[in-house]
Amino acid sequence: MSHRIIKPGLMTSIQDLGRKGFQQHGVIVGGAMDGYSLRMANMLVGNDEGEAALEITLMGPTIKMEKDCLISITGANLSPAIDNQAAPMWKPIHVKAGSILRFEGCISGCRAYLSVAGGYAIPEVLDSKSTYLRAGIGGYMGRALKAGDILACNEPPSMMDRWEVKGSFSYPKWFVNEREFMPVRNPLIRFIDGSQYEHFTNYSKLRFVEGSFKVSNQSDRMGYRLSGPALECQSHEELLSEAVTNGSIQVPPDGNPIILLADRQTTGGYPKMAQVISADLPIIAQVKPGESIQFSRVTLREAECLYLHKERQMKEWKASISLALHDWHIY
Amino acid sequence: MWKNPLNETACQMSPLGDSAIVLTFGNGIEYSIHKKIKLFMEMLEEEPFAGFVECVPAFTNLTVFYEPLVIYNTHKQSDEAISPYHVVRSILEEKLLDLMEDKKLSHRTVTIPVCYGGEYGPDLEYVARYHDLTTDEVIHIHSTGEYLIYMIGFAPGFPFLGGLSEDIATPRRSSPRMTIPAGAVGIAGKQTGVYPISTPGGWQLIGQTPAKLFLPNVNPPSLLQAGDMVKFQPISEQEYKEMKGG
Repeated sequence: MSHRIIKPGLMTSIQDLGRKGFQQHGVIVGGAMDGYSLRMANMLVGNDEGEAALEITLMGPTIKMEKDCLISITGANLSPAIDNQAAPMWKPIHVKAGSILRFEGCISGCRAYLSVAGGYAIPEVLDSKSTYLRAGIGGYMGRALKAGDILACNEPPSMMDRWEVKGSFSYPKWFVNEREFMPVRNPLIRFIDGSQYEHFTNYSKLRFVEGSFKVSNQSDRMGYRLSGPALECQSHEELLSEAVTNGSIQVPPDGNPIILLADRQTTGGYPKMAQVISADLPIIAQVKPGESIQFSRVTLREAECLYLHKERQMKEWKASISLALHDWHIY
Repeated sequence: MWKNPLNETACQMSPLGDSAIVLTFGNGIEYSIHKKIKLFMEMLEEEPFAGFVECVPAFTNLTVFYEPLVIYNTHKQSDEAISPYHVVRSILEEKLLDLMEDKKLSHRTVTIPVCYGGEYGPDLEYVARYHDLTTDEVIHIHSTGEYLIYMIGFAPGFPFLGGLSEDIATPRRSSPRMTIPAGAVGIAGKQTGVYPISTPGGWQLIGQTPAKLFLPNVNPPSLLQAGDMVKFQPISEQEYKEMKGG
């Protein structure tokens, strides 16, 4: 069983929830930019939440399904179509062998996730299947997918035999409400104070929450470069390098903030003005270069509550989905 | 500011986002600070608390990453709302009481073979001229020094070393190179180091090592660790080729 890549798309790579535990050796965490959409894609096909899936950026790939399989597509709406017929998102889809999945164009969001029941047969490197592009390890040969790549899939759960596919693909009526996951236009991103927040001028702090910041074209999995009102530190003393994390907003001397994301380095030396809260990181991952974001300051306590609330929601989703999947298998 | 009443340990704690906490033990690049960070890190790794993910040492601080959901589920009491950050903070404060500062740090010394100069170190002559030294003198100064690794960061296995002699400290190149090969040994200001993987960079390249610093299929994946001492051992071009081939 395998997926054959006919066209790779703009940037398609294997990602899971990241490579944890090796940061002290300089090894980045990486993993899906939008962790909630990845987890949801896996839940919808009955996988472990953290199974590796394809992360698809803006222009999607063309993939031939060599055998019957159960897939799901979440995250950005890049107009998925199977054998030229629009395919649904946020639900399990049973696809007939020989079908071709294409993505016809970006309607909303930036990154889609494609998960297959059983997961892709990808060896773990340092406890993770995530592609670490700069070091050339993990994922599919340590790189983004290319035309001609063949992604082997693991055996799906045995109940798949019982499903019957009409036409190229079939799917249940129910779906997950994508509005819970996808950002609105000009999203408001919540942050807590960064480690060096107090080093910035009061005027800069004000501009940070009142201004609008455009995501530059030089943005990628490593970080988003923003342009907007310039931010300034009170003093220009050099910092010693120290740990950074997903969502750390560093401000280099030019005053344009950089939001560090999945493929960030483990350490950095620029002052950190702010820190995007965990619950809002997936929203940033779906903002395209050229779009704008705004910032809103919250307390650590609020950030923690929002995170725990989101996790509770995910747990509820997981319970309902696994019930629905089970019913779908039987009837 | 947290202060241990029994000894000299003082430590500032602050959040790095909603799932990490930074413990700052001082400021400046000093062995005494490094020692506290390293000892505390060893303690944490030997007896991790539920929800501990990993920690990252730096020059003056240690960042401890944790899983807020696990902390919450482990410590929640009935309906009372708890803050994972505050729970982790008090766990760490308690652990700090047990920090034995007089405990000796064990040091590993790792020798890195280096082929200096020529095509392997295209900036060696510049560094020599900058200081009015001969290239042999630069090699001698660089390879007789002993360097302490304060932290690994920037790239997998990349060591931040302390201890470069002022006599050969040299500013970065005015224009950075597009690619620096893996194994390049360089100088930037008072820093010296080795590039484990190929990256762009502005360091003055004085040599090249055949040693592999990033080992993705080994655990730990980095040849060097924070707390190790590093020595550089000059080797000939022939030795370089043999070691590289072997």
